[in-house]
Amino acid sequence: MTIVKTAINRRSFLKVSAAGGTGLLIGFNWLASCSTKPQQSIPKEWFDINAYIKIADNGLVTIYSPNPEIGQNVKTAMPLIIAEELDVDWTNVMVEQADLNTVKYSRQLAGGSQSIRHGWPSLRRAGATARRLLLEVAAKRWQTDINQLSVSNGVIKHSETGKELHYGELVVEAAAIPVPEDVELKSPEKFELIGKGIKNVDGQKIVTGNPLFGLDYNEEGQVIAMIIHPPSFGMTLKSFDASEAEKLPGIHKVFTIDTSLEESDWSATNAFNKLIAVTGSSTWQVMKAKKAVIAEWESTELENDQDHQQLLLEAIEKKEGHVQRQDGNPEDIIKRGDRVIERTYTAPFIAHNPMEPMNFFANVTTEKADLIGPIQTPENLRKLASRFLNLPEEKVNVQMTRMGGGFGRRLYGHFGLEAALISQQLQAPVKLIYSREDDMTQGTYRPAYRVKYTATLDQDNNLSSLQCKAAGIPGSPLFANRFPAGTIDHYKAESLNLGTNISTGAWRAPRSNFMAGAEQSFLDEVAELAGKDPIDFRLNLFDRAINNPVGERNDYDPERYAGVIKLVREKSNWDTPIDGVYRGASAYYCHNSYVAQVVDLVMENDKPVIQKVWCAVDCGIVINNEGAVNQVEGAIIDGIGHAMYAQMNFDNGAPQQNNFHQYRLIRNMEAPREIEVFFVESEIDPTGLGEPGLPPIIGALASALYKATGQRFYDQPFGPKI
Amino acid sequence: MSLFTISVNNEKYQVDVDADTPVLWVLRDHLKLLGTKYGCGIAQCGACTIHADGNAIRSCSFPISSVGEMKLTTIEGLSEAGDHPVQKAWIKFDVSQCGYCQAGQIMNAAALLQRNPSPSEREISQAMNGNICRCGTYTRINKAVMEASKTL
Ligand code: FES
Ligand code: FES
Repeated sequence: MTIVKTAINRRSFLKVSAAGGTGLLIGFNWLASCSTKPQQSIPKEWFDINAYIKIADNGLVTIYSPNPEIGQNVKTAMPLIIAEELDVDWTNVMVEQADLNTVKYSRQLAGGSQSIRHGWPSLRRAGATARRLLLEVAAKRWQTDINQLSVSNGVIKHSETGKELHYGELVVEAAAIPVPEDVELKSPEKFELIGKGIKNVDGQKIVTGNPLFGLDYNEEGQVIAMIIHPPSFGMTLKSFDASEAEKLPGIHKVFTIDTSLEESDWSATNAFNKLIAVTGSSTWQVMKAKKAVIAEWESTELENDQDHQQLLLEAIEKKEGHVQRQDGNPEDIIKRGDRVIERTYTAPFIAHNPMEPMNFFANVTTEKADLIGPIQTPENLRKLASRFLNLPEEKVNVQMTRMGGGFGRRLYGHFGLEAALISQQLQAPVKLIYSREDDMTQGTYRPAYRVKYTATLDQDNNLSSLQCKAAGIPGSPLFANRFPAGTIDHYKAESLNLGTNISTGAWRAPRSNFMAGAEQSFLDEVAELAGKDPIDFRLNLFDRAINNPVGERNDYDPERYAGVIKLVREKSNWDTPIDGVYRGASAYYCHNSYVAQVVDLVMENDKPVIQKVWCAVDCGIVINNEGAVNQVEGAIIDGIGHAMYAQMNFDNGAPQQNNFHQYRLIRNMEAPREIEVFFVESEIDPTGLGEPGLPPIIGALASALYKATGQRFYDQPFGPKI
Repeated sequence: MSLFTISVNNEKYQVDVDADTPVLWVLRDHLKLLGTKYGCGIAQCGACTIHADGNAIRSCSFPISSVGEMKLTTIEGLSEAGDHPVQKAWIKFDVSQCGYCQAGQIMNAAALLQRNPSPSEREISQAMNGNICRCGTYTRINKAVMEASKTL
């Protein structure tokens, strides 16, 4: 049991909500399938207990999920944490997406796999505080001490008399009394909901086609808008002629908007452009009208793939990088005459391609702005919109819809801002829709990367030094203090950062999505040249980090790291090879979680088929087992797909892939036939899970492909080279 | 613009649209049936899959002028209570991540089981190969289709 400060000394949201509302409707549907007493009735009144919880007079509970839902399933997992501490029956809980509210909530953001890790303390506190208030009211009513009471499934019981009250009978008073200074949290072994498999709260709505997504959000009288963006990075709009387009049926106005950011911003600045907006009454008509607009563009510098590759090559081979870490002196070891192994790995720009293209709804008047749609960073959008619309932030209301995927793409809210500016110009509600082509060719791409590893093996075939020199267009992908730092006496990590006018940004597991594959493939090759089993080879390194680490800034826990490797070795029967099954192993740490994987590959008609992926994960406490497994499976398939097939090419600044006929995503038949995921049992606070499953799979895949084909894979995408 | 009468989920609708308007946009913009999704617009991803006389079609690449007497079914009309065996299997295996592709996946799976009620694993994978899931729920999709085939 842990006692924590509630940090809410004053009731900031003490208002009794009116009867009815959306809760009533949802509650009514739900009631049909409810068997638990005492909620067999329709709620008449709802009471806000705190920012996350409202309880109805009949005991039904509504929990607000604060963070944006992009498919990482936080809309199930975050309320689950609250329900656990609140001690309610999950079937009596309804979940609603909270709007952006920086007073009530902190970090309403989907990024960095941090929703659960950051939300953990405040969500537990919210649940525990509400529970405590209800207990206090019950104790007062029965003239007894709180210690005499127990709670189960939203029903409070007095042990002596056997009397019972459900939350709904106590909520009026509970909503009015002061919040206690500190509350008790459950100890993990008492968890009843956490760690079980709870189904996606929107599952039934999804399979029946309910309008949940941004693209499904419509309002009466809205105008459909689409944008025309520069055909190449490095081009800007000079002029346009829309006289033909405006004559087409259903077309309203064609005009420009300018979202360019002058000062540098945390988000991908180049994605904020001067654009042409085409508006009309239906999507198809606007799509056709776009083709009739004649635009003239001015070019500055137009970049090409060859230039990018050349720049990366020169940077790595000819330039001095910024040394981010050095232990000992690897050059001395090379001079000493140890055997040198040097390999270079590359990866191209890639697009996010969430299944739902970018879109946003905006209704901007002179007084206020309503912005509704799929966004990973609602708070940032509000700031931007407030600045561009010249409205105070409190007049910019941002609501989050469910998102048809994000993968980092929806961190950059230029599409929300574009919708807002179009609405402002038209003085009408606007639905901005990107075509797939717009979405793919005005991306915020994963940067292009190149890394060179140089290792040495001493006479006993031990790793005696390691150097890592990494460059990116833009931004170095290096993590200087991650493994293998700390396991080798002589280590050097160097970074180079090259510029570009192509807009780039965070793509699921930024930087790790490249570094893990390169590093783990390299270690596989070094282990082989050292004549060692690749898993033993890694475990030896971790032994060193456990017993006698080098340096003090090592950014990982070597025991947990080794733990997942041992677990996957055991589960996959690594030590018992099977004829005709080619295996690769890999492990990586990012977003505060540890993942190890084994790929089993077979050749069918000379083509590699991934039969099975084994995966061990240590992410601390697992909140929702079912959703967690789904995330990891998805990350594995995502990683395999992008390493095998994905690339975004540029010719004179123009993206060369504009839809799925050119940009290849992994499909059903290419996915692993089976994936099995094992979680390390843990009482450590939960850490990231949406991203960490992706990076290591690329290394395991490359090593398995090597076993199957005899060929090492250094350059992504691997697929065209098989 | 021309007038078209089409049958969707056993209801007749009259719409006044350009003859080349894809059924997808008629459903979404004009009939406000929003379950059918836009993913690519060029018959590459399957997000827009619906049934025309029981066969799976890509509504993004199917103009309204070609519908004629065909009976169209969308995800909203697949079952009355959301309990088609495929939908039930989708819930059982908690298939969805973001969920955006799933209406198309379900419609394609339902059409597959209509013509082949007991497909092999390989046949399932082959038949579902045209539907992209960017979140990577393929292994669950395949399990759910197999399950649905057993409960059909
Ligand atoms: S939207 Fe029709 S196949 Fe992609
Ligand atoms: S569940 Fe997200 S695209 Fe399939």
